[in-house]
Order: sequence, then C-alpha cells, then structure tokens
Amino acid sequence: MEMVRLTIDGRPVEAPRGTTLRQAALQAGTHTPTLCHHEHLNCAANCRVCVVEVERARTLIPSCATPVQDGMVVRTDTDRVRKARRMVLELLMTEIDTTTAPEIQAYGRYYGADPARYPAVREAAKEREVIIDNPFYVRDYAKCMACMRCVRACGSDIQHTWAIAMTGHGHHISVGAGSPTNDITESPCVFCGNCVGLCPTGALMGIAEYEVRKAGLIGTPELQWSPETGLTGPGTAKEVI
Amino acid sequence: MSQPIIRRRRLHAARAPVSPEVQAAVARALAAVAPVRPDKALPLLQHIQAQLGHLPPAALEYAGRQSHIPLADLNALVSFYDLLSTDPDGGVVIHVCDDLVCRNAPGAKALGIRLAASGQQVRFAPCLGQCEKGPVALTTASGRPTDLAYGGYVSWKLDSGTGEVASGGAWGASGPASSRHGWPAGYAPQLLGRCGQYKHNDLKDYAGAGGLQALKKAHALAPAELVALVKSSRLIGRGGAAFPTGVKWEGVLNAPTPWGAGPDGALKYVIVNADESETGTFTNRVLMEEDPLGVLEAALIAAHAVGADRVYFYIRGEYPRAIETMTAAIHTFDTAGLMDGRAAEVRAGGGRYVCGEETALFASIEGDRGAPRVKPPFPTTHGLFHRPTLINNVETLHNVIPLLTLGVDAWNGVEPKLFSIAGAVAKPGVYEVAAGTPLRQLIDLAGGFTEPVQAVLMGGASGMFLGPAQLDVPLTFKDVAAAGATLGSGAVMVFGESADLWDVARRAAQFFAEESCGKCIPCRIGTARQVEIVDELAAGRFQWVTLHEDITAAMMDASICGLGQAAANLVRSLLKLKGVQ
Repeated sequence: MEMVRLTIDGRPVEAPRGTTLRQAALQAGTHTPTLCHHEHLNCAANCRVCVVEVERARTLIPSCATPVQDGMVVRTDTDRVRKARRMVLELLMTEIDTTTAPEIQAYGRYYGADPARYPAVREAAKEREVIIDNPFYVRDYAKCMACMRCVRACGSDIQHTWAIAMTGHGHHISVGAGSPTNDITESPCVFCGNCVGLCPTGALMGIAEYEVRKAGLIGTPELQWSPETGLTGPGTAKEVI
Repeated sequence: MSQPIIRRRRLHAARAPVSPEVQAAVARALAAVAPVRPDKALPLLQHIQAQLGHLPPAALEYAGRQSHIPLADLNALVSFYDLLSTDPDGGVVIHVCDDLVCRNAPGAKALGIRLAASGQQVRFAPCLGQCEKGPVALTTASGRPTDLAYGGYVSWKLDSGTGEVASGGAWGASGPASSRHGWPAGYAPQLLGRCGQYKHNDLKDYAGAGGLQALKKAHALAPAELVALVKSSRLIGRGGAAFPTGVKWEGVLNAPTPWGAGPDGALKYVIVNADESETGTFTNRVLMEEDPLGVLEAALIAAHAVGADRVYFYIRGEYPRAIETMTAAIHTFDTAGLMDGRAAEVRAGGGRYVCGEETALFASIEGDRGAPRVKPPFPTTHGLFHRPTLINNVETLHNVIPLLTLGVDAWNGVEPKLFSIAGAVAKPGVYEVAAGTPLRQLIDLAGGFTEPVQAVLMGGASGMFLGPAQLDVPLTFKDVAAAGATLGSGAVMVFGESADLWDVARRAAQFFAEESCGKCIPCRIGTARQVEIVDELAAGRFQWVTLHEDITAAMMDASICGLGQAAANLVRSLLKLKGVQ
C-alpha cells in the first residue's frame, strides 16, 4: 500500500493514501470532534466542526473529507481552529435545541460555546413543533441540525428508499418527506429506522424513547470530550473510532 | 416545549386521482426533456410549470412516478429554487427588484407601492441583473399557461414622466431588449465590439462583423498549443475568484477519464457559467443578449482546447432573453454544421444565487439542489457528473476571441475588462476599459455622478466599499485589492449622499441569509445571525462588532464555498468606512 508522509501537530505521520486527515490525526493520537460524519455514510462535510488548519490553505479544511497528501503540515489545535469550532457549536446552539444532543453539549463545553451572547434571535428552528404522524418515531425539527445523516441513510448510502430529502434553503433548511403536508405516511418510508439510529441530536427518536423521556424516566447522559481522550461517558465505547 | 402535532393516519394513504390536464402536461414535459434522467429533474419541473403555471402536488407525484425520480427529491428542488412555485393562486406575481441598486433608484419604492396598490401580487426579489434600467420588476405568470419553458416574464416599469406604472408587457415577453454599453473614446473594444453589430440568426452577417475568425484560427492549432497560448496570456477568471484561466484549461486537457462517459455520453465538459447573480453584475447578460454567437464561438474554442465533447450554458433563470438568444445561437451554429461534432445545451437556472458557485452549479445540472461540494477534488478532474470539466465565466471565455484574432501581445497590452456600473451615475451600463484605467475615468464614462458620492461598492453584495478619497485607484485586481476592495465580478455600484449605507448593509445581510443554500453550519446560521447583528449595528450599537468579527471569522474560515466566505465583506467594509473599530 502506498504510504503518504505528513506532519500533524508537529509529529511525523505515515498513512496509506486515501486516509482522511481525521483518521491520520487519530493515528497520531488526536481526536477530532465530528457531528455530520458517520463511518457508515458517505462524507457530507457540512457541520464543519472537524476543521483543521493546513499550511498554505486559504481557509480551514474539513478533516473528515480531506485525504492526506505528501508533505502536508496540519495543525489541529491552534487558536484559529479552536475559534472556528467554538463558533460552529455556538451558532448551532443559537438555532437548535441541543438538550438531547450529548455530543454537541460535550464539544460545546470543551470549546467554550456561549449561545447567550447573541442579540435576540429571530425565527430559530428551536421554535418548531414536534411531529408525530406515524406509530414508530417522532420528528422534532427544533432539534434538527440538518447534518443529512438521515437523508444519506434513507437514499444513496444505506436504504435506497429515497423517502426524505432536504427542503428549503438558508436557515429554513430542513428534512422533508416529499409531500406538501410533509406527512411521512404519504411517503415511501418503510420505517426501517436507519435514520432514527443515525440522528445525532434526537430530532428523530423512537416513540417509546420519546415518551419515556417526556415522563422524565431517562435523561441525556453527560459526556466529556477532549482531543486527547475523544468522547467519554455512558454509551460512548463504540463511538470512539 | 409546545404541544406536539399528533396526526395518526392510515399508512400510505391512497393516491389522489390525477387530472387529464396534469397528465398531459407531465407527458409533454417528459417528451421535451427526453431522454429522461435524474439530471433532467429541474428542466422537467420547469416545463411542467410553464404549462400549468405552478407545480400542484398531483403533478409532482405523477411526474415522480413517470420519471422514476423520487418525489422527495422533486420536492427538495421545488422548495430550493425560487422560480419554482407550488402556489396555485392564479394571476400574475410581480417580482420587484429590492436589491442594492434598485432600492436606491429614484422611483423604486413608488414602483413597489403602486404595483401593490393596483391589486397585484408583489414580491420583493434579489437583484435581477437589469440594474442599468432600474427600478425593475419582472413578472412571472402564475396559474397561466405560457410557452416559455422557464416561466414567462413580462417586465414592468415606472414611467419617469408621469410616475405611473407603464403597462405590463411594455418590454415584451422576454424583458427589455436594449442594453447600454460603451467604451472610452479612441479605445478599440475587444469584448463589446460586436455587440449589436449583426443579426443573431445570420452567420454571414456575423462573419462580416469579424465572427468565426477566432474559431478558424483555433482549429488550426493543436489543443495543447491553444492551451499554451491562453496560459501565456496570463488571463485570469472574471467571475470573481480571479483564478488563472490557462491553468484550468491545462488541468482539463491533461485530466484522465478513468470513468468513461457521463450519463449524457460525454467524456469531458465545458460549462459556461452564466448564472450571473452577484448583485449589480450584468456584464454576462449584455454579452449573451448582444453577441450570442460570439459567446458560443468562445465556448467551442474552449471545448476544442480541452477536448470536451459537450458544452453546457447554465444561464440564470431571470435572464429570459439571454436564454432565448443562446438557444437560438446553438441552433444557428448546429444548422450550419459549425458545432464540430460537439453537443451544446442551455440549462436555465432556478433562481438561486449560490448556483453560480462552480460545484453548486454542477449539482444543479445533475438534478440536485444547488449546494456546493467539498474541494478537492477539483472540477478539472471531478466536475460535472464527476468528469473533467472546464467551467469559465462568460466574460472570461470571451477574452479568447481577441487573444486569437489580435494575438497575445496585443491582448496583453490592453487586458480588457468589463464593468457593470449602476447607481448614482448618469448613464449606468456595461463598459469596457483597459486594465489599470482609474475608477474615476470609468465613472466619467458612465456619465459621471448624479449627486455627490458617498461610496463606491466594488464587487456586489460580496464586495467592499471604496471611499470618495479612493476613486483614483487603477482598475487592476492587484491595485483594487491593495485599496482594500475587490474587482470581483466587475460590479461597480455608486452610492450618492442620499443613500443610506446601513440600509444597504442590512439588505446585503438579508440577501446572504436568503441565498445561503443551508448546507454548512457557519454560513447557514452565521448569515442568519448576521442579519440580527447588522440591525443592532445600524442602530449605532457598536458593542456588537466583536461578535460580528467572531461570526465573520467562522464564516470565512469554515464555510464550504465563497458565499459564506464573502458574506460579511460588505458589513465589515462599511464599519471600516465609518471608522468603527
């Protein structure tokens, strides 16, 4: 296998061609926060929380989507990187309800995201209502970060059902079920549950879980995150990859 | 948390019957875009809407079933593109341009108010690219059949004498015909010279005006020689990003084609990016409307140089006349056997600014929502349908004609550049000048100021202001950048003392929030928060500058494409102009 040599945070790294910067950084012992990324899905690179600094690049680079190149000099923990990550999380928190998104909370705590420092926010997704139109799962658009994991899973990446797609534009973007009423029961949805399993924010949730949470019987676990340890806390063992 | 909406229904409700009218419209649309492929989704919807006036749910569902394109994907397009509508409300919707130039044009507000008062449905629209004629409104016929595939436009304007709304259709079904363009006295135009000088369907007339010479010269050269010629000219892209054109051409020429042909049978593509939506920019429109055969000739030269077998013209949907002229130009060349075995096709945009970003444009042609992709890989190797693609702006390509007919040295001595100048000048229009011409001379060419100048905005809504003291800056990419602005797309907007620049900033912020595709977080939410912050700044509460700087940094550093990266330029530049730190 052809190997590529690069430098990550001052350490020389050798990785097979095709490895992403995120994987190479992990090999060098540095975890990268990710939200839209999932190892079973094609890369969307839309959450931008995994950005890193690459020498001679004009902007920061999404480490989940960028393959290693010979001679790259990558820094994953500069002020610029920390600030961009902080702002991405902070902006997300001004827009959506993150109470059932333990990863966003953990990253946000680490990077010091403070959504309270904004002037009055108008028309945030937070104000949208929960939709229960089928016996299996709820759709809580107030929590949707538009990472497209569900859309990718439903269509090209796993299920090949193509029941849902992104609708709207700007910060009115959301996931739509195709019909004008946005009723999932009028779509080709087969209720496979792949989208529910992949949702990182709890915007899609099984009805049983939704009701148990509503009754206060379970809460959202508090996770910790740092570049050295990655995500730690209840239920994360599988996630540390 | 509010009460959930609980709707429990029978799963997979029976489909509503589809009326014969809808069935016939969908069948005609499918025939018009045949062979039907997923990448034909947008033209398919445009054809259905042209017949039915809007896109009723039954038509979408039926079209989805007939074309095997998922309904959710069709709906994703309808909700993404501004010019597609599900609104069954019959009658005419008037899109009044509410953007930076028109809102400051005399009579702009009056036009909107009068149209609304006359019982019309009025919607405010982003820049329609008709700035030299402002104030401008375009109408879409909704609920009314029209033979125009892209919507059917009638233009309206306010009579400057009486102050009354001139009758609808005054400009004909495809908008105003004439455009104002010019160049300095004694200057030999290289780009605009043939504009309006020949009949668009007459190749003899075109040849008499100097047409086809460049194509003939190009065919005498090998592709590599042609690429070397463009490279040696150091031509840089005119679309705004200022990328060296020859480097792009070389990349496409040398790109391997390991995946074979794309769904339309082509190995490599040339795309003419005519989705000219940057506020205040209308240079490409004038070239396409007034010299369509020249635009096509330049594209064919590029196709010969890089070995492309298919050319797409992606023209913004708000340019009905340019769509007509370019479609006719392809027909004229094709009939005369001048296409050199290459296919060419016009795709009309759906009314989304972000589709001018090259990878978003690919997505749009491929039948997806026009959202940008991550680069690398770059378009030269992974462009349209992930095949090697040369994508150039209309004006950039047009430079190839003088490069061939006059030679590299003659071209280099001038480096012609087009500017669309509008706002507080006497004769707004498109002007061609040599590189390095002082900005003040360009303004004089456009008839000079109509009122004392407050600032000049360079590069549209994603550009920067120059103050009254900076008007002698030579118009080169380097000099304008050194003055703290950008040449960008060649848009020059002049604001007189009567203009409220904070209102301009507020409109620009709203523009980006509206036009963000919504794909990446920094741009999607950053532009929305910027709108709220600019309201605070406009009210003089400058304590919000720090937060604005933080959002700007995130948008510039972490957005996928240029939209988010440039979304804060204008506001920051205004803060600088006003001396706010």
